[in-house]
Amino acid sequence: METQVLIIGGGATGTALARDLALRGVDCVLVERDDINAGASGRNHGLLHSGARYVSNDHEAAVECRTEGEILKRVAFRSIQDTGGYFVAVAGDDEKYVADFPGHCQRSGIQAKVIDVAEAREREPAISEHAIAVYEVPDASVDPFRLSLESMAQARSLGARLMRRTRVVGFDRVGSRIVGVRVRDTVTGAEQRIEAAQVVNAAGAWAREVALLAGAPVEMLYSKGTLLITHGRMAQHVINRLRKPGNADILMPGGTVSVLGTTSVRVDSLEDIHPTVDEVDLIIDEASPMLPGLRSMRFIRAYAGVRPLLGSPAGADGRNVSRGFALYDHEDQGLSNFVTLTGGKLTTCRLMAERAADFVCGRLGVSSPCLTAVEVIPAAPECEWTVPGRAPREWMRAHGLDDPMLCECEMVSGSVVDLLYASLRSAGDMPTLTDIGLRSRVGKGACQGAFCAIRTVAHLYQRGDFQARRGLDEITDFFRERWRGQHAVLWGEQLAQAELMEALNCGLFGEELRGVAGFDALRAAASGEGTP
Amino acid sequence: MTQTQPKTWDVAVVGAGMAGMAASLFAAERGLSCLQIGNGGGLLFASGLLDLLAVHPVAGRRLWDNPFEALAMLRRDQPDHPLARVDDATMRAAFQSFTTALGAAGMPYAPPGDRNANVLTSLGTAKPTYGVPRTMSAGVGALAGRPPCLLLDFRGLREFSARQIVATIGDRWPGLRMARVEFPGAETTAELYAAHMAVALESGDFRERTIARVRPLLGDAHAVGFPAVLGLARSGAVHAAFEEALGVPVFEIPTMPTSVPGLRLNSALEQAVVTRGVHRMLRANVTSAAFDGTAVLTLDGVPGGETVSARTVVLATGRFTGRGLTAGQQRVTESLLGLPVQQPASRAAWHSRDFLDPAGHAVNRAGLATDDEFRPLESDGRPAWPGLFAVGSILAGQDWMREKCGAGLALGTARLAVDRIARQLGVPGPLAEAG
Repeated sequence: METQVLIIGGGATGTALARDLALRGVDCVLVERDDINAGASGRNHGLLHSGARYVSNDHEAAVECRTEGEILKRVAFRSIQDTGGYFVAVAGDDEKYVADFPGHCQRSGIQAKVIDVAEAREREPAISEHAIAVYEVPDASVDPFRLSLESMAQARSLGARLMRRTRVVGFDRVGSRIVGVRVRDTVTGAEQRIEAAQVVNAAGAWAREVALLAGAPVEMLYSKGTLLITHGRMAQHVINRLRKPGNADILMPGGTVSVLGTTSVRVDSLEDIHPTVDEVDLIIDEASPMLPGLRSMRFIRAYAGVRPLLGSPAGADGRNVSRGFALYDHEDQGLSNFVTLTGGKLTTCRLMAERAADFVCGRLGVSSPCLTAVEVIPAAPECEWTVPGRAPREWMRAHGLDDPMLCECEMVSGSVVDLLYASLRSAGDMPTLTDIGLRSRVGKGACQGAFCAIRTVAHLYQRGDFQARRGLDEITDFFRERWRGQHAVLWGEQLAQAELMEALNCGLFGEELRGVAGFDALRAAASGEGTP
Repeated sequence: MTQTQPKTWDVAVVGAGMAGMAASLFAAERGLSCLQIGNGGGLLFASGLLDLLAVHPVAGRRLWDNPFEALAMLRRDQPDHPLARVDDATMRAAFQSFTTALGAAGMPYAPPGDRNANVLTSLGTAKPTYGVPRTMSAGVGALAGRPPCLLLDFRGLREFSARQIVATIGDRWPGLRMARVEFPGAETTAELYAAHMAVALESGDFRERTIARVRPLLGDAHAVGFPAVLGLARSGAVHAAFEEALGVPVFEIPTMPTSVPGLRLNSALEQAVVTRGVHRMLRANVTSAAFDGTAVLTLDGVPGGETVSARTVVLATGRFTGRGLTAGQQRVTESLLGLPVQQPASRAAWHSRDFLDPAGHAVNRAGLATDDEFRPLESDGRPAWPGLFAVGSILAGQDWMREKCGAGLALGTARLAVDRIARQLGVPGPLAEAG
């Protein structure tokens, strides 16, 4: 396979880069070892920063967020809800920080309007009665999945190729050039070689591993952040704590739920990243003074992502484009067609892509300008189903006999599953239950998939999409994956929900016994073997 | 049977799940006056299958064909397990009485013996269990012998795909076929509900039309499997009518909750306890209890407010779903009386990070510690009150979901507790076992 640019990593940055290059007429291939937004791009608040969060300690980042936020609100409006945001200080918070805040906002060009505390509490009753100051800023919420899926869909409509579940396993290097990148299909194990004029490493937290494989080590630090999903939406605005950035400062509205976080814990390894009980308790403790209702809130899930933090490339200076993110050209390490794009925020992903595309195009001798700030991302039918409330509206409008409601929490019907399945199939993929979950609301409601996962699998068998024992494997994988985010928030009502899920999957279906000699009753009957 | 309401009941059973029903049934069979207090819905998630004990030890995932051999091993390995306190004779008597009563109430079971049975599920797995409803028992033989069989499903019943089962196990059961039919009268409906179908199939007309659609599909099938929708209150008759009309054994395959067999079990048990004179106060909650010579329970949900008194109390309030246990953010508490709960040191130890961890989740073994008579213990190790007993899934030291012992736990502990209550109240020895 040949292409002009190979992009490694299908997160917010990689997909934004694919879109940018495709709009400039540059041919590109994006390889992703798992799925779109499988890393930190899908494990964050979904906050489109106004910049106000950074005004006190990072003026440049604040300005960058402000301008990028304004651009994304135009070009990616389908993924964004302009909720507005509040910054709230409560009794005991640093009063100097509070007093300086409006001036800092002004310096960064960010509108911060003072709101009467009583009025703010009337609009957002979740705010504590001990609030002492409230400012309104132009924060918004962004659905990172929809943003990345739509960016990639536009890139593909312009000729870009996406290869999911494809892992880079080696680089073939001749002198200063990478002449081939060897990739492996993680499902089939099949390997192939991609020849690209330029290679961009946008692998997020995994960028260090990729760069190392290319023989061009970069220094990176990892910071793990945990977030909680509430049962029910607590507020309409983004609610920020008006204090120096710290733990559990932000409550995001996200459709029918709210997302609360985050933490920042240095980790050394990317293996087995999951939220812990201590992190969950810390988040609730830290955020409760501003949002006292959290003390009695039901949480349906937690998740943890790893932020790649910037370090300098080992041995030499890289080209550091911005304080918020970095583009390393690796030339001092003897490489002429490999760049690493790392750091940054969801809000600035378009800008990161623009800078990387400018640089790569310069090397390719392509002079077409960046269009991502002016071209609106077009709608794509397979990218609309991550939005709560969308599926039920469509279903109410029209549904046929072959369109049963599969998920009753989030109202996802068979036709939505079929559409997603067909769209993934058309890209040559073998879609999984987890893939469908990423692109829809399946498994995201209060039951966390206990019923809808099983109905969806039955539906896919019925359509002939699933064969042999795949459904059992998919159900097992799906619940295991969901559980990684659930176990730390299981108390109260949600523990009863988990008990029900286990009663069904283990008590009735015996999924934990798969593979045990004798459980496979068919084999036991055939051979006469059974109980020891 | 009618009786005047005594001022002081022999037994007050709190709970209407499997264990509460079993305790009420056994108490009434003993001739004890029994008041059952519950807020309903305790059996809605039952599958109709009655597990005794099939897996031990859980971490070793060892399966047993003979549940009594498994019990013997459990007694040796885990003497504090509640089932280790139930002797074989008590367990057998419990299942015998229970299934006999269910049969008389319209939900017959295959006679319980010494063997666990494997039942095909809608996921294509084989669930090991003990007590199998008659409507499902032909499936146990079919699964063991694997003759040519036909599995039927209905368009619109979302949780059940015969194609899925055949795809999952067809390579090991070559003669297994599937067919999908339209449910009569539902040809223009996108979704079907199992309970509605079950009621519809009690009408001869619906049944005939369904059978007429299935008959041409029979081919060489030695048996026919359906999702568990063959009748609700009159499943025995509906099942028999299907077998007679199709001329081959017919079996039901359990589906996910809320399942029709669970609803059948609930109504059959209600009928069984009511006909035996149990007085039931449903939709009542016990709000407080005082123990002296007798127990005085205060109820809400009862017009005008009420207190009842009883010589003994059986706590059968279940776990988290049943509300017998309450999980706070840090500790598990017993919801009704604040009894001490045996539990892991902190919430971090409640759950494994792997949902299907072979060892199970530690919080599932949390619960009430008791003496050998199932009397819950105070922190000083003495029974909380001489006449207070706890039975079923609220007990500590078991993992009924992994051990496949839910009904065994409910029935065995209820039976033994009622035996002890009868002795305590001076009621002469066990009545002749039914059946």
